[in-house]
Amino acid sequence: MTESVAPSAAPRPLAVAPVAAASPAARAAIEIDDVDFHYGASKALHDITLNIPERQVTAFIGPSGCGKSTLLRCLNRMNDLIDGARVSAGRIRIDGVNIFDPRVDVIELRKRVGMVFQKSNPFPKSIYENITYGLRIQGQKTKARLDEVVEHSLRGAALWDEVKDRLHESALGLSGGQQQRVCIARAIAVEPEIILMDEPCSALDPIATAKVEELIHGLKKQFTIVIVTHNMQQAARCSDRTAFFYLGKLIEYADTRTIFMNPANPQTEAYVSGRFG
Amino acid sequence: MKPAPSAFAAIFGRPTPAKRVETGVFWLLRLCTYFVLLCAAFIFWDIGSKGGAVVFQSSAPFINVPFLTESPETLNVFVRDGREQTMGDRAFRQFKAEHAAEMKGVAVETYVYSAGGIFPNIAGTVLLVLGSILIALVLGVLSAIYLSEYATEGPFIRFLRLSIVNLAGVPSIVFGLFGFGMFVIALDFGVSLLAGWLTMAFMVLPIIITASEEALKAVPQGYREGSLALGATKFQTILTNVLPYALPGILTSSVLAIARVAGETAPIMFTAAFVMRDELPWQVQKWTDFIFQGVMALPYHIYVVASKIPQNEYTRDVQYGTAFVFLFTVAAIAMTAVILRQRLRKKYQW
Repeated sequence: MTESVAPSAAPRPLAVAPVAAASPAARAAIEIDDVDFHYGASKALHDITLNIPERQVTAFIGPSGCGKSTLLRCLNRMNDLIDGARVSAGRIRIDGVNIFDPRVDVIELRKRVGMVFQKSNPFPKSIYENITYGLRIQGQKTKARLDEVVEHSLRGAALWDEVKDRLHESALGLSGGQQQRVCIARAIAVEPEIILMDEPCSALDPIATAKVEELIHGLKKQFTIVIVTHNMQQAARCSDRTAFFYLGKLIEYADTRTIFMNPANPQTEAYVSGRFG
Repeated sequence: MKPAPSAFAAIFGRPTPAKRVETGVFWLLRLCTYFVLLCAAFIFWDIGSKGGAVVFQSSAPFINVPFLTESPETLNVFVRDGREQTMGDRAFRQFKAEHAAEMKGVAVETYVYSAGGIFPNIAGTVLLVLGSILIALVLGVLSAIYLSEYATEGPFIRFLRLSIVNLAGVPSIVFGLFGFGMFVIALDFGVSLLAGWLTMAFMVLPIIITASEEALKAVPQGYREGSLALGATKFQTILTNVLPYALPGILTSSVLAIARVAGETAPIMFTAAFVMRDELPWQVQKWTDFIFQGVMALPYHIYVVASKIPQNEYTRDVQYGTAFVFLFTVAAIAMTAVILRQRLRKKYQW
């Protein structure tokens, strides 16, 4: 079933996720229409339009400064924290609701759109407190419920067996890969619909990276995942759809297979084949 | 024939001018540091030896208990049976009543504040420090949270910050006069604990605000983002995920503030301090009396016994004893804050 690819198009062998999971009929969880974004006077995103399908993994790739993280941080309005940063045109809809509508409650939005950061940032508290943080600030106090969520989330993040005996020790005592999975478990615990991942493996060694990637694969059964990555092999391995950005513009967006095997745009081809970026 | 000098031989060569300057600078810096240390050591040795002699004694209970538990009294000195007798005022009155006939015509010299102890002063200083630090911490930390977490950088906020820093440069006597005009007279608090608390709180606010803001800024941004991304409000984030990690730094600022508040005489001499008062601070009818009463305080007592009364060999003991107890009290309060900080650091390690 593998298509033969001209060596010039893909000089580097890439393992590509099977196409079967990516059904084109999947409902769009996030619709991004004609979005422009400014940091003060400088324009970071130009007229971005793409639909992110439900319960699939969508990867944003591109060289540094191409706007992929900016777009990701628009999806849960994390950019609100930056002075002078604003979406200057277009709209982003999640379940049909424009998230930049002034009536939208950002807190509610962020409960539904979780995020995992580039630099793993477990709070300097116990593992248990890390996982239950989201629920506790929502007022959940029942011990039984919290215990259940901790186990469920840690299992979901493939971490339960490693940490079940040290739940009340500081999360900072874990290894880098485990810390990042604590952050993923923490995001799962509030039961979002969408999980955004901003280069979740950039600080991890290959073994920890493989674990997180495997985890991403499992998570998409339940969550819509958007992942920003510098690592093209990672995008190829774990995403269903890939968007390639360059200088704040969306150059190409298609099935991961298409992007890596048969890109329509010469810039995409140059990037995925490692000739620039 | 001399061998040609190799490049390697230069390593063992004579000192160059640059090397001599290097040595000179090293010793200059070293001696300056040692000189400072020497001055500090002399002060502590002087107060420690002379004050220690007043506070400690060679026989049980080894501590001069009356000095730490009684109020200041007038010392009466007279000659009886060819021997010099020294007595505090209360004891002297009783003695005089019992030996009325014998005491007739005996010359008695009196030295004000040279007998008794300094207990009300210790209590007053502790109350002044705790109250003003509490007020300054609440006001200061809330302002620091606003400046660090909420305020948008702009000309106005820059001006605000500059004003706060400038406040630190205002001489304490000016704060004293401000407190006198504002709290004692305009708000009619009278010479009272409350007026002293507020005056000194304003005096140390710049230290607390500046240091707290630095402590808040030092908390990694990732903790804030992580918390917000889980659907926490900004205030929840600050309360649960920023402020706790900044507390050790904030406590450092309060240690500095404690030292300053406890040591200042100028701000309290117009606003809170009494030279002499018979009741202890807690001998009041209702709580409003508590905050509207003036208190005796250690630094002001030192000022009084060192410059406002005739000097003699009896006042010297009071001066050194008070200075010694004063240093010890400030150190004890500051140490409490340091221990608290250590505990918090252990709890929130990052």
